Amino acid sequence: MHAATFSEATLEAMREEMRRDPTVFLMGEDIAKQGGIFGQFKGLPEEFGYDRVRDTPISEAALVGAGVGAALTGCRPIVDMHFADFITCSMDELVNQAAKLRAMFGEQCVVPMTLRAPDGITKSAGAQHSQALESWFVHTPGLEVVIPADAEDAKGLLKAAIRSDNPTLYFEHKALFPVKGTVPDDDDFVIPIGKAKLARDGADVTIVTYGITVSRALEAAATLETEGIEAAVINLRTLWPLDYDAIADAAARTHRIVVAHEAVRVGGVGAEIAAFLGEYCFDDLDGPVLRLGAAHVPVPFAPVLQEAMYPKAPAIADAARRLVRREI
Amino acid sequence: MAKTLPGGVDAARLERGVALLRTMVRIRVLEEGIEKHFLAGDIPGFAHLSIGQEAVAAGTCANLRRDDAIASTHRGHGHTLAKGTPMRAMVAELFARSTGVCKGKGGSMHIADFSVGMLGANGVVAGGFGLVAGAALSAVQRKTDQVAVCFFGDGATNRGPFHENLNLCAIWNLPAIFVLENNRYASTTSTAETMKITDVARRADGYGIPATIVDGFDAFAVFDALADAVARARDGGGPTFVECKTYRARGHFIGDPERYRRKGEVEDVMSASDPIVRMQAMLGEALAPDDFERIWVEARDEFADAVAFARASAAPEPQEAFFGVYAHDREPGDPVHRIEARERDALLPFAPRVGSGSQGSGH
Repeated sequence: MHAATFSEATLEAMREEMRRDPTVFLMGEDIAKQGGIFGQFKGLPEEFGYDRVRDTPISEAALVGAGVGAALTGCRPIVDMHFADFITCSMDELVNQAAKLRAMFGEQCVVPMTLRAPDGITKSAGAQHSQALESWFVHTPGLEVVIPADAEDAKGLLKAAIRSDNPTLYFEHKALFPVKGTVPDDDDFVIPIGKAKLARDGADVTIVTYGITVSRALEAAATLETEGIEAAVINLRTLWPLDYDAIADAAARTHRIVVAHEAVRVGGVGAEIAAFLGEYCFDDLDGPVLRLGAAHVPVPFAPVLQEAMYPKAPAIADAARRLVRREI
Repeated sequence: MAKTLPGGVDAARLERGVALLRTMVRIRVLEEGIEKHFLAGDIPGFAHLSIGQEAVAAGTCANLRRDDAIASTHRGHGHTLAKGTPMRAMVAELFARSTGVCKGKGGSMHIADFSVGMLGANGVVAGGFGLVAGAALSAVQRKTDQVAVCFFGDGATNRGPFHENLNLCAIWNLPAIFVLENNRYASTTSTAETMKITDVARRADGYGIPATIVDGFDAFAVFDALADAVARARDGGGPTFVECKTYRARGHFIGDPERYRRKGEVEDVMSASDPIVRMQAMLGEALAPDDFERIWVEARDEFADAVAFARASAAPEPQEAFFGVYAHDREPGDPVHRIEARERDALLPFAPRVGSGSQGSGH
């Protein structure tokens, strides 16, 4: 293991995969000469050249469309979205093309494209630079969705996304880029897509979460521990394919489930998890599945407003506490 | 004899003309057949015909290698056939049979054949631009001399992806060729109402892409323009834009009442410009009447064989609806596999029964 920030971990992942496979290349706005707005591409053109690390015009539809076309014809493109919010400018390319071509054409092709999408609420970026849109793509057959929670996830999931033969969205929270962590030294360290990780064990309640909210859940679990409540935390890592087994196992072991994410609560991934639990794990549950997510409002600009509308550790701890104490 | 043959009357030119004629006749026979079988209820879904536009598909694809890529439109039967997809595989696909080129999952509007570089018809207008930009970029990344051709209509040039991808291909000097079939209508609306220019090729100038305008009823003219464009792209000269002035002799879709057209308009255009008649006239006495007739007979036989093949083919099994989305179908033991198995169990008992090849269209 060695120390690396989340951002450095993604750099390692891309560097190793580009060395391993000459068909891997990168394109995005401000990634080559600037090294990416979060430094997450720094140094790559020096090693791989500007043909494999391409600065592009501000043309999201063309980037994703060309990514699909390149993926259909023998390449493994990584397309950087700058901000995940701008995926909206390439929805046809992603939803109608990337996701559907394999099924629609009777399995004649694969679309091994990775979309890097920095997302999430941070620093008053406001309504059009703060969204967490993952549930849209979980809902779209044909796509894979992965969301790293830390540097180790960042490296292992990005490598998995690049190696995947499916179009894979890699949502990475902007606030995580500078966060330090540790990553394995192995060049072939890949986190399997579709497998969750038990980030913390506990017998009383399980907090099922992903992405940046994993660290908030762990903070909540630490608080609960001081009150004598043992909370487990599941880091889903992948949202599609979803590790339903890990969720069912949590219900069987702790009988109480809180689902938390930064994305809007209504129609969010938590709804799928709660529905799954209600449908298949009903007899294991001692209480309702509690869901925490952002309010159904665009992310506001003023820091005080921004910080009021999505769940952090205190809200997560409160939900778990109420569930355990049956004060729902 | 054959003094009207453009570009000289040598044997190679004659042979080229006959080949273009044969492709156009095959497209015409295929599409007239599709129209008939659609109206008879043999073909479900939507189907859009390119009758009148055959010279563009024939003249373009005659310049391409099997490993070159094309992206097509919702009006893509001609492009698909001209690129090399067998008529049997196409008709079986349109008849929604398991033997179709897409196993019955695509249909007319989403037909593709990767074995001949045909990256798909597209149900989204302007959906092909990105695919072609990407295929051309892929050729550069993989250091091959392949080219990629995007077919599109005048309507697609009013969508954003047209502009984004032309610009991208221009700045990266990609081996992409943009073949506009200006057929005078975007769906049911006249091009004159949807843009202020008449020569759409002017738009290419905004991106620094050389453009040429050709008579899209003249397969030789299309062929020659594409020969230049393909050579340029293969040599690293970058993209070219070719506007083919053509005409859609049928409605937007089969069954379109075409209230937006003047009565007699189609007849007026086609009597003067039918690309098959034009080619026959250009070949003149160089092509004996019997040879001309034989091309039609062979095409009709080919289509009849394709229909018989489709009719004898089975429809897909209902459970096929649940697979083939991801690169690898899920294994038993995978948690998603178990959830999906329960979904199938809830739905499949109520699925339509699979009949023999003679079953109805599923309307």
